[in-house]
Amino acid sequence: MSSAKLTFPQPPARPGESPDFSLLDIPAAGLLEVPPLDVTSDDCADYARGLIRVLDDDGQAVGPWADYAKTLGDDIWMTGLRDMAMMRAIDARLLNAQRQGKTSFYLQCTGEEAIGGGFQRQLAKTDMNFPTYRQQSLLVAADYPLEALMGQLYSNSFDPLEGRQLPIMHSARDYGFFSISGNLGTQFVQAVGWAMANALTGNDQIAAGWIGDGATASNDFNAALLSASTYQPPVVLNIVNNQWAISTYTGVASGKAKTYAQRARGYGIPALRVDGNDYLAVAAVSHWAVARARAGHGPVVIEWFTYRAAGHSTSDDPSGYRPKDEAAAWPLGDPFTRLKDYVIARGLWSEERHTQMKAEVLDHVTTVQKAVEAGGTMTSPKPMSRTAVFEGVYAEMPWHLRQQRQDAGF
Amino acid sequence: MPKMTMIEALRSAMDEALAHDDKVVVFGEDVGFFGGVFRCTAGLQEKYGEARVFDTPINESAIVGLGVGMAAQGMRPCVEMQFADYVFPAYDQITQEAARLRHRSNQDFTCPMVIRMPTGGGIYGGQTHSQSPEALFTHVAGLKVVMPSNPRDAKGLLLASIEDPDPVIFLEPKRLYNGPFDGHHDRPVTPWKAHELGDVDEGYHTVPLGKASVFREGAAVTVLAYGTMVFVAEAAANETGIDAEIIDLRTLWPLDIDTIEASVKKTGRCVVIHEATQTSGFGAELSTLVQERCFYHLEAPIARVAGWDTPYPHAQEWTYFPGPARVGAALKSTMEA
Repeated sequence: MSSAKLTFPQPPARPGESPDFSLLDIPAAGLLEVPPLDVTSDDCADYARGLIRVLDDDGQAVGPWADYAKTLGDDIWMTGLRDMAMMRAIDARLLNAQRQGKTSFYLQCTGEEAIGGGFQRQLAKTDMNFPTYRQQSLLVAADYPLEALMGQLYSNSFDPLEGRQLPIMHSARDYGFFSISGNLGTQFVQAVGWAMANALTGNDQIAAGWIGDGATASNDFNAALLSASTYQPPVVLNIVNNQWAISTYTGVASGKAKTYAQRARGYGIPALRVDGNDYLAVAAVSHWAVARARAGHGPVVIEWFTYRAAGHSTSDDPSGYRPKDEAAAWPLGDPFTRLKDYVIARGLWSEERHTQMKAEVLDHVTTVQKAVEAGGTMTSPKPMSRTAVFEGVYAEMPWHLRQQRQDAGF
Repeated sequence: MPKMTMIEALRSAMDEALAHDDKVVVFGEDVGFFGGVFRCTAGLQEKYGEARVFDTPINESAIVGLGVGMAAQGMRPCVEMQFADYVFPAYDQITQEAARLRHRSNQDFTCPMVIRMPTGGGIYGGQTHSQSPEALFTHVAGLKVVMPSNPRDAKGLLLASIEDPDPVIFLEPKRLYNGPFDGHHDRPVTPWKAHELGDVDEGYHTVPLGKASVFREGAAVTVLAYGTMVFVAEAAANETGIDAEIIDLRTLWPLDIDTIEASVKKTGRCVVIHEATQTSGFGAELSTLVQERCFYHLEAPIARVAGWDTPYPHAQEWTYFPGPARVGAALKSTMEA
């Protein structure tokens, strides 16, 4: 009899069972120093294995990264709080719109708002993100007009893409947001190419790649890390580890490896692992990573450790594969609540003002939503330009597309 | 006018492009210091530096994926797949990313990139160094597909491809790198210096995309060919004595349908030939277009000559290759129909 046996990784709990995160190794907050910007991959081993946390279990900002975060000023916490409130309101309103049949598809980023929001606020306007489909918080924190954001979701007259793309697949060059493909992983190596062009032209801009834990399995994850290591362009490569790839437990993508950040070690790229539900940690590490890339010290990998609190999309029902109350049991809490508690404890904010701010934001989002819905929804459609189908396939329309358009009668 | 091989003509095109536009970058496996396994980029790194011409890891998806990012950010990448047979790891980046970026972003981002790749058989390369994958690219919305048959066109078409605002698949028939090949593998090789199409202009000049050339004028039958098969068609016409008009497509897509239509309406007969496997090959598209546009002018069924629907064999290469005998037989049967 052979002693070889296969393993088939399983999450700690399935539907009907109690959530169980007891096997997660979560170090105390405040343990890690702020490394020099030119830190090497070898010297970064503790950061790739550990977890940068600023807010401790009592909501106190502690340790060297807390001191670093303080240098960013207090305004960014209020900005971050408002970005997350806006993100929550948008997700709530658009999920509702999808449930009402006004759009075909939606996808929330609940629980991950701090990551995109906190990172984007540390970028310059001319830097470029190469996002996945769950990074709408980048757009919100880039002050992308809500009309365009929602218009894309309704594929109506407000849609900058004129109906070409599945809802959530935004493209906003002027807001540092590369066109989302929908095929996983491809954008990660494109971010490296963009950053190489930045270095070749000396424009002082950086790029940021984004990928989920599931898509780290893709060929282009390897292609990106290797290319980034080989050519050393100014790029931040972000891995959002939210524990779930649709229904597939993160252990299927990680295998026996304990962290995704440690993968960078084999490529010789420094990597840090960060509590993605801690806005202070996100802002501080983002600031550090952006500064490193811009200073010409080459690529850096960040694993944002978080939890996908909502379903994968409106086409997904997570109660079929994980405990219903798993999100509430996530040991690193909710990023919006944690930042709110922090600013209240600091005396910068109050529960009353928070409630009022949430109401104002929701009111604003709802008002814009109504105006955008007047441009057409799936339940009250307004015809979109049919010629858009044929336009932009090439810079100039070739004869065969002209003919096909004419054959179609427009 | 200097004589050039197709390799020298391609190198001359990249040399001109690198000199002409500082946004042009050339990269791929072995293309930097060494100058490419077929020597197409020899000397370019030395001349322009490694920021413009460089080696890459052996990852075709990385090569094209980096190119997509660079092109979107304003560069003009001209990248090399070492063999067309190696392109498949990059198929996702080419067909789902480069090809669609302009459309899906409503022109927010574009992808002016050239992807060069040696294609076709005739060099005893076996099944992984001989394939002709053009139909896998002509089938994809947003791509342009080019295949030159001689040094003069190769240079002009490559420069036009690098100038083009959209992604171009640039297929180089490697059996033609060093000379025109008529399909008779057992006869002495003709070098380009002995052929008028080896006369290549120095300096910067383009051959427009989307324009076929009438390679050989004739009145009896139209032969639609590209790449290696242009010279095979010429040999077949000469050997059968049939007054064939040979159209060298040069750009497969967008196709120069006007030149094809005019020729078939003149001759009333059409033979479509390619080296790639037959079923769902580009010849099927050509036959359909000719049928749609020229049906009432046709005096015989459209004939197809293509590679067999098998993997490209090694020892039996000349059994596989659609040489002058098979093309000649098709010409005769089309004339007799």
